Amino acid sequence: MSYWKEFIKGVWEHNPQLVVGLGFCPTLAITTSLSNALWMTLSTAFVLVCSNVLISLIRGIAHSHLRIPLYITIIATFVTIVDLSLNAYQPAVYRSLGIFIPLIVVNCITLGRAEEFAQKNSVIRSLLDGAGMGLGFGLTLIVLSFFREVLGANQLFGYTLIRGMEPAAVMILAPGAFFTLGLMLWAMNTINSRRRSK
Amino acid sequence: MEIRIFFTILLSTILINNYVLSRNLGICPFLGVSKRLDSALGMGLAVIFVMTLTSFITHPLYKYVLVEYNITYLITIVFILVIAALVQLVEMVIRKISPVLYQALGIFLPLITANCAVLGVALLNISSGFPDPNVDLGLLKSVVQGFGSGVGFTLALLIMAGIRERLELADVPENLKGVPITFLTAGLLALAFYGFSGMRI
Repeated sequence: MSYWKEFIKGVWEHNPQLVVGLGFCPTLAITTSLSNALWMTLSTAFVLVCSNVLISLIRGIAHSHLRIPLYITIIATFVTIVDLSLNAYQPAVYRSLGIFIPLIVVNCITLGRAEEFAQKNSVIRSLLDGAGMGLGFGLTLIVLSFFREVLGANQLFGYTLIRGMEPAAVMILAPGAFFTLGLMLWAMNTINSRRRSK
Repeated sequence: MEIRIFFTILLSTILINNYVLSRNLGICPFLGVSKRLDSALGMGLAVIFVMTLTSFITHPLYKYVLVEYNITYLITIVFILVIAALVQLVEMVIRKISPVLYQALGIFLPLITANCAVLGVALLNISSGFPDPNVDLGLLKSVVQGFGSGVGFTLALLIMAGIRERLELADVPENLKGVPITFLTAGLLALAFYGFSGMRI
C-alpha cells in the first residue's frame, strides 16, 4: 500500500469511530464546543503518533506476553506529557476537558492501533497511520461538536450566532450527544451502502 | 448525618450523574455487552466489584504514596497499571476460589481494564470531592462512590439490554441497525435520566 493510502485510510475507510467503532467516550463527552474538539484532536493525535512510532521502534525487542503492560505504560507516558503541558499552557482548556485528558490512556484507539498496526509495521508507516487515525478521529469530533455547539448553544467558538434565538439546550447535554452520533452513524452507513450498490 | 451523605452519594452516582447516560463514560462495554440480559448482568456485577475494589486501593495509594513523595504527576501511569494488575489478580483469585463465579464473570474481567469508567471513578474520587469539590473525599466515601458508580453502570446496561432484546423483533431500517439505533435509544434513555437532575437531595 502506498504511503498516502496508509495515511488517508483513517479518515473515511477505517474511521475510528464511524467504521471501526472505537473511542466513543471522548467523542460523546467533550464535543460540547468546537474548541474542546480541536484541543482533544491535537492531544489524541499527538499521543497516537508518538506511541505508534515508539512501539514500532521497539517491535523487535518487545516480549509478546509482556507487550500489553508495556504498551499501556508507553501510552500513559505520552498522555502525562499532554496532561502536564495543557495544564501549564492552556489552563482553561485543561479545566473544561477535565478527566478526559488522562482518559486518553484507555481510549481504545491508541491501544488498538499499537496492537493492530504499529507492532507489525515500519516506523514511517506507523507514523502515517497514527497521524491519519488522529485526523479521522478529530474530523468526527469536529463535525459532531459543530452541530452540537450551533444547535445547543447558538454559538461558534464562543461567539453568538443569531441574536435573541433560544438554543435547544438538550443538544449540549448528554442526550444530544447520543442523538447526533447516532444520526451521524446512520448517515455514514447509508452513504457506504449506496456506494457499494453502485 | 454521615448515613445521609452516603445515601446522597449513592443516589447521585446511580441516578443523577449516571456514568453512562450522563457522564458518557464506559460506552464501549455499554454497546458491546448489551445484546443479551444475562451477559449484561455478568458484566455489570464484575464492574461493580472492580470499581469498588479500585476505589478502595487507589485512594490510599494517592494519599499516602503519591502525595507523600510529591510524585502526583505519575497519577495516570500508576492508576492504569494498578487497575490492570488488580483485574488480573481478581481473575486469578476468582478462578481459584469459585469456578462457578469464574464461569459467569470470567470472560468479562479482561475487558474491564479498557473500561474508561473504572479509571474515571479512580480519578474522580480524587479530583471531585463530594459535596464540595475542594475537600478530600475520604476513603469510605470513595468506596461508596465507586460502588454507586458500578451500580449506576449496571442499571444503564440492564435497561439497555432489555430494550435491545425487544428491538431484535422490531422492523428497523437496514442502515439504522446495530450501533446507530442503539445510540438513538441511549439518547432517549439519557433524556429520561436527565429528569433526575431536578431532584433535590
